[in-house]
Amino acid sequence: MQSDSPKAGAPRGSLLTDPKARAWTFQILSILVVVGVGWYLFHNTQQNLANRGITSGFAFLDNSAGFGILQSLIDYTERDTYGRVFVIGLLNTLLVSVLGIFFATVLGFLLGVARLSPNWLINKLATVYIEIFRNIPPLLQIFFWYFAVLRAMPSPRQSYSFGEAVFVNIRGVYLPAPEAAGGLMPFLISLVIVIAVWIGLARWSRRRQEDTGQRFPLFWVCLALLVIVPGMAAMLFGKPFHWSFPELTGFNFVGGWAVIPELVAITFALSIYTAAFIAENVRSGILAVSHGQTEAARSLGLRSGLILRLVVIPQAMRVIIPPLTSQYLNLVKNSSLAAAIGYPDLVSLFAGTVLNQTGQAIETIAITMSVYLAISLSISMLMNWYNKRIALVER
Amino acid sequence: MKAIKMTLALVAASAALGASTQATAGTTLDAVMKKGFVQCGVSDGLPGFSYTDEKGQYKGIDVDVCRAVAAAVFGDAKKVKFTPLTAKERFTALQSGEVDVLSRNTTWTSSRDSSMGLNFAGVTYYDGQGFLVSKKLGVKSAKELDGAAVCIQAGTTTELNLSDYFRSTGMKYTPISYDKSDETVKALEAGRCDVLTSDQSQLYAQRIKLANPEGYVVLPEVISKEPLGPVVRQGDEEWFDIVRWTLFAMINAEEAGLSSKNVEQEAKSSKNPDVRRLLGAEGELGKDLKLPKDWVVQVVKQVGNYGEIFDRNVGAGSELKIARGINALWNKGGLQYAPPVR
Repeated sequence: MQSDSPKAGAPRGSLLTDPKARAWTFQILSILVVVGVGWYLFHNTQQNLANRGITSGFAFLDNSAGFGILQSLIDYTERDTYGRVFVIGLLNTLLVSVLGIFFATVLGFLLGVARLSPNWLINKLATVYIEIFRNIPPLLQIFFWYFAVLRAMPSPRQSYSFGEAVFVNIRGVYLPAPEAAGGLMPFLISLVIVIAVWIGLARWSRRRQEDTGQRFPLFWVCLALLVIVPGMAAMLFGKPFHWSFPELTGFNFVGGWAVIPELVAITFALSIYTAAFIAENVRSGILAVSHGQTEAARSLGLRSGLILRLVVIPQAMRVIIPPLTSQYLNLVKNSSLAAAIGYPDLVSLFAGTVLNQTGQAIETIAITMSVYLAISLSISMLMNWYNKRIALVER
Repeated sequence: MKAIKMTLALVAASAALGASTQATAGTTLDAVMKKGFVQCGVSDGLPGFSYTDEKGQYKGIDVDVCRAVAAAVFGDAKKVKFTPLTAKERFTALQSGEVDVLSRNTTWTSSRDSSMGLNFAGVTYYDGQGFLVSKKLGVKSAKELDGAAVCIQAGTTTELNLSDYFRSTGMKYTPISYDKSDETVKALEAGRCDVLTSDQSQLYAQRIKLANPEGYVVLPEVISKEPLGPVVRQGDEEWFDIVRWTLFAMINAEEAGLSSKNVEQEAKSSKNPDVRRLLGAEGELGKDLKLPKDWVVQVVKQVGNYGEIFDRNVGAGSELKIARGINALWNKGGLQYAPPVR
């Protein structure tokens, strides 16, 4: 009987009774509805924008912006376009993200290991740190660093001075900046040569160790090369840099590198906040490596530093990487909180000021959202690739 | 069945969306009448223009404009609700229909008028941009500000004028922008910036918020024209006319010598045809605007004429003590001029 077996080969029903045809019908129907609703919303928005005389489209990106920006990593004048403002905002967001990810990772790994330390004091300090910073909302931490700590710094004329080279005041941290001098090219070339030699030596020493078991003091040799060769280049061809020192002229310090307090506050807050989560990920990763591995390594006669480096961490990484990725994504997304203290990031600059000056809310918000999506997906892809690379190869 | 239900739900949802977009495209006046109050976008705290007093009541010129519109539409100045907005939020709030009127010291500019789907209904205050500095700096003129760090509110015309001014004078500056005007004041006080720039009226208003107002001075230079006024959505001429003529009615009332004290009396006894037309005793002003016959009487009685509003909020009767200056009536040497009612 046909009705008993709804399997392939036994169809011959209408679109609604035949299971295969029915599945197709509904899938096509669903897609049509989704596309239709999407088109309707798009069309409706366009229609209404036109009816109300609101300009739409992306032509505004070519218009001149006309406002100043506190911090930009590329050249900018007020005559530049909104498109360039977008790039500046994006770079500022990426700057905070990269700095935050770097410091959070370093701090997080140290804390994670410290949390497992047999030393009572270190262990408890790490625990207290994690419990405090993990449980305070990041926005409050940003406010704390910006309003409570950095606002308490003195005015430029009473700056804290460190050796008349580094100055700290309410306007930021002023550092001496290297400026290119005559010997820069030879210096850079010598640096490239040393790095090439380092890579070559690393390969050679690895092969030698695998063949003969003999170890080569790679790190120390290369460090020596790194100091000696560029040093000689500098002596032969003249100084590669001269330093430009910040100097108080008029209202503010001029020259050198100025790190604005907004950047300091947001980097501090995000690094410290995210480090607390990363520390827990690291701890869980290390605990996930069975104790037998450590004992086996010890019975082979490895020292405890080597056990951690060669046996425990590589295996722990497999457990650490996936949650670490989501911490990185969180950090990038949290960087948009920078808008609250006036740091010119993508949200504050593009989805804020540009949106307001042009009135084109839908376009600017859509661009901003896609950018965050793109950044997050790229980080995800990179981490997945790394995770795959270090994953255990099943044999 | 599940798929069918989902499809139906989607169709229903899209139908509902269609309906809601239709509703906002209808007339603002009908929507306002239906909900029973005017939703008005105001500033997030600016003495003299819109701020809350110690009792939690909204006060200021911008707030009084909203009250006047409510008095015109409902005959009751209390039928208004306020939405505090930052400079960055304001236009989106109006465009999206979150507020019916934006009365938030907003400068009338060509691009805002033409490309954002907005219409400026008039000018409540003729302003200009200035600088507020600490006396300790010893600066006497804006021309001495080369290299200064300047605090500004983000997303304002101020931000653009500032850059124009420094560009045209060939000076350098560091812009430090915050979303809220309060934050710019705090930053100036803490020393994050040397100068605060804003419309001059705002500078006087913000100065009284400082811990030591005497320690700060407003520089003499005025670097821009800032006509501030209420804004409505483009495409609803009816509502635009109501807001515009509410403002004109208050200015005309001052010119005709009508105030909150005598307007009811005058409405009954005046023989001046100008006054009779304005107050609805003659002519069709109310009917043409789809408003009650006595709407101007209600506006002036409950809120006041333009002069009263000015004095009470920013002028001689307020803490700010700003002189009428260019905001005086046209026949007293100022710029405030309303077309005749006829």
